[in-house]
Amino acid sequence: MTVTPLGIPRRLLEFTIDGEEARVPEGSTILDACRAAGKDIPTLCQGDTLTPKNACRVCVVEVEGSRTLVPACSRTAEPGMEVRTDTERARHSRKIVLELLASSVDLSTTPRVAEWIKEYEAEPDRFGPDAARLNEEPKIDNDLYVRDYDKCILCYKCVDACGDQWQNTFAISVTGRGFDARIAVEHDAPLTDSACVYCGNCIEVCPTGALSFKSEFDMRAAGTWDESAQTETTTVCAYCGVGCNLTLHVQDNEIVKVTSPHDNPVTHGNLCIKGRFGYQHVQNRG
Amino acid sequence: MDLHFGDSKPTDEERAAVDALLGPPDSSWEGADRDEMRAADLRWARGGRAARDRRDQLLPGLHAINDRIGWISEGALDYLCRRLTVPPAQAYGVATFYAMFSVKPRPATVLHVCTDLACAAAGASELCAGIESRLGLGSGVSVERGPCLGLCERAPAALAIRAGDPVRTAVSAPATVEQAVLAASAPDSAPEEPAAAMAVPQAGDPALTLLRRVGVVDPSSLDDYRAHGGYTALRRAFELGPAGVIREVTDSGLVGRGGAAFPTGRKWQATASQPDHPHYLVCNADESEPGTFKDRVLMEGDPYALVEAMTIAGYATGAHQGYLYLRGEYPRAIRRMRHALDQARARGLLGDDVLGQGYAFDIEIRRGAGAYICGEETALFNSIEGHRGEPRSKPPFPVEKGLFGKPTVENNVETLVNVLPVLMMGAPAYAAIGTERSTGPKLFCVSGTVERPGIYELPFGATLGELLELAGVRAGLRAVLLGGAAGGFVRPDELDIPLTFEGTREAGTTLGSGVVMAFDDTVPLPRLLLRIAEFFRDESCGQCVPCRVGTVRQEEALHRIADRAGAAAADDIALLREVGRAMRDASICGLGQTAWNAVESAIDRLGAYE
Repeated sequence: MTVTPLGIPRRLLEFTIDGEEARVPEGSTILDACRAAGKDIPTLCQGDTLTPKNACRVCVVEVEGSRTLVPACSRTAEPGMEVRTDTERARHSRKIVLELLASSVDLSTTPRVAEWIKEYEAEPDRFGPDAARLNEEPKIDNDLYVRDYDKCILCYKCVDACGDQWQNTFAISVTGRGFDARIAVEHDAPLTDSACVYCGNCIEVCPTGALSFKSEFDMRAAGTWDESAQTETTTVCAYCGVGCNLTLHVQDNEIVKVTSPHDNPVTHGNLCIKGRFGYQHVQNRG
Repeated sequence: MDLHFGDSKPTDEERAAVDALLGPPDSSWEGADRDEMRAADLRWARGGRAARDRRDQLLPGLHAINDRIGWISEGALDYLCRRLTVPPAQAYGVATFYAMFSVKPRPATVLHVCTDLACAAAGASELCAGIESRLGLGSGVSVERGPCLGLCERAPAALAIRAGDPVRTAVSAPATVEQAVLAASAPDSAPEEPAAAMAVPQAGDPALTLLRRVGVVDPSSLDDYRAHGGYTALRRAFELGPAGVIREVTDSGLVGRGGAAFPTGRKWQATASQPDHPHYLVCNADESEPGTFKDRVLMEGDPYALVEAMTIAGYATGAHQGYLYLRGEYPRAIRRMRHALDQARARGLLGDDVLGQGYAFDIEIRRGAGAYICGEETALFNSIEGHRGEPRSKPPFPVEKGLFGKPTVENNVETLVNVLPVLMMGAPAYAAIGTERSTGPKLFCVSGTVERPGIYELPFGATLGELLELAGVRAGLRAVLLGGAAGGFVRPDELDIPLTFEGTREAGTTLGSGVVMAFDDTVPLPRLLLRIAEFFRDESCGQCVPCRVGTVRQEEALHRIADRAGAAAADDIALLREVGRAMRDASICGLGQTAWNAVESAIDRLGAYE
């Protein structure tokens, strides 16, 4: 277990969620408040270690007095606000957003999305067989990462994690616009020709599996990836003195990937190339 | 930041284009030749925060390269990034965002042919086909079909841009195949565009307020502007003081003319009272709404009026720097405004001490590069700052955190130009024009199948029928599009709709930015609706899902029902409605929220697929 600092005490403010009184610390988002109240709001682009981008719009809720729906992940709660999370209007938008996404990209490796598609009765197939899809081949240009943009929902998390929110490498950007917008490195180059430093922090935050470890990608392709057979062990990285936490995902006595606990006050889920990928020596039994 | 730059080098010409904008590099840290490395280079690094503060030069830098070469190579982009300490991935993301830039090699001459509503109705597709067959392959001209060029009164329209030093442009409108090909092949010898006043059928009418100088005054002469009453409003503003100006504007009842109809006085007051400094003034001259061309005509025909109005707005709101974000497809408006700013600066009407009143104010022009979304105020801020023109979520609102994160007032050209009569005639007299809730004069951009298309000025409250009467509506009127592609269609039996914000709202439609496009029964409605859907799909920034994918799904549905009606179209119309509703409810900005309006109105009011 990691120790989470308590932070400065904050004033509580009061508002209502679905008619019930809610009290949350000042600065909380509507989503924080909803989760505290036990409401299950679907989210895709929201990330627990990143500033909300509110790009996917699957978390929209109704706020009294607002002309449009409001993204719960980024709007901060205000005193007296009347929030309704489960209205027909909000459910309709969530359903359409799920249909639009599922009809254009491959969500097969996106956690929980199948459950939401069922809950909101989304029918991604109803746009017809000719509905435009990304249909892109995975980009495999190095031994560490695979970029499978057929699964990318353009949540901007990788851009933010690589950019000024964490890594400050700025190797990733959104290019083009509209339906043709894509995540890419400069000049659409292979990763090996880019500014990428292979920290893997983009993989850490990717919500759909569009960015994945080569190890995971290969095992999925071979049909040997089995999360239920994996154990997770959190330990301390041995490379330097910072003391970052590593979570080793082990299947059949082999490390298959390395993540980092998001609630760790040192790393916030981020690692460097050595911590993330430098584990071969552990299992090199030559 | 530890930025990584590739190995690609700029050509001498690309380097020269960037250096002409930014000056020669000071050290090898920012791209000077390694051979010329000076001793100082070894001891300290230029760059860091000071260089990053120039991030807003990215868009001008991309223009500089694109203007000189015609496209933006890897070497050129990397060099610009070195000069500005901008990560190449981000600059690439910005360069690929704008339609006027290319990151792939292309011919030096690009001929943009408008295929939007007014031009489509005037035969743009035949024009394109004709041009393409005349030019053929290897002509050295890249023909690009594109969105509205803002020349709707002279549809169909084409704009030729030839890269070089200096870049040359030529407009052909109304365009024939021969004229468009001439403009592209010899932009220097293409005939001069008709005067801006040609777009104002009422030009010279003494009853005009906003348009009174268009066609009367010499747009290049500051003296002529002053001889026609110019700069009396600014003098009046200095007499009143900032708070007095805001009071007058508030009392006048002036509301924004860009479409949202927000009270201008309230916006100014909210910005002026922000404790955070500096304050900025932004004039939104990125009019890209298909069917809108009033800002172009104002800037081309009476440029000093905008300079004066911006100065007043800056004075009232406590700004010392104004930005005029002008759409890149308006070369003549850019030339005229540049000239006007230079003259005003030279004569002490801009600069450290405007009119000797101790107020410092200057205006910088920022050229857009082909992105409708940049007309959205927060997307415009991002564009000026050198980021992708994606809208920000609100709150916080621009009056609190706008351009560069500072309190910003943003108004469009027509709104600002209204401030001059407010100050000259006084708030009560101004408020007496129009109706109680829509005060003042209003400009309407009339185009499509009418005899005299152009900009018309009428007091709020005139009916749609009266306006069309003035413009010479033709027999067989089928539909009128109010408010542009983001607006809505009305039927020919609804011409008594009063042209006010409240009147159009009561009639279940919108005045939007003042677009009135008439279509007679020769115009195929389904094809028009397809074009509107295509426009929004093309112009969506792609940031949020409802708009990015929703516009695509809607266009697909419209393609499926292009030749269908009744029961055969019912399923797809239901689909359109469901997607449209989510786009309106859940999109981040106005583009996605309004993208479905026009098509919905065509289905509901015109019975487009019955």
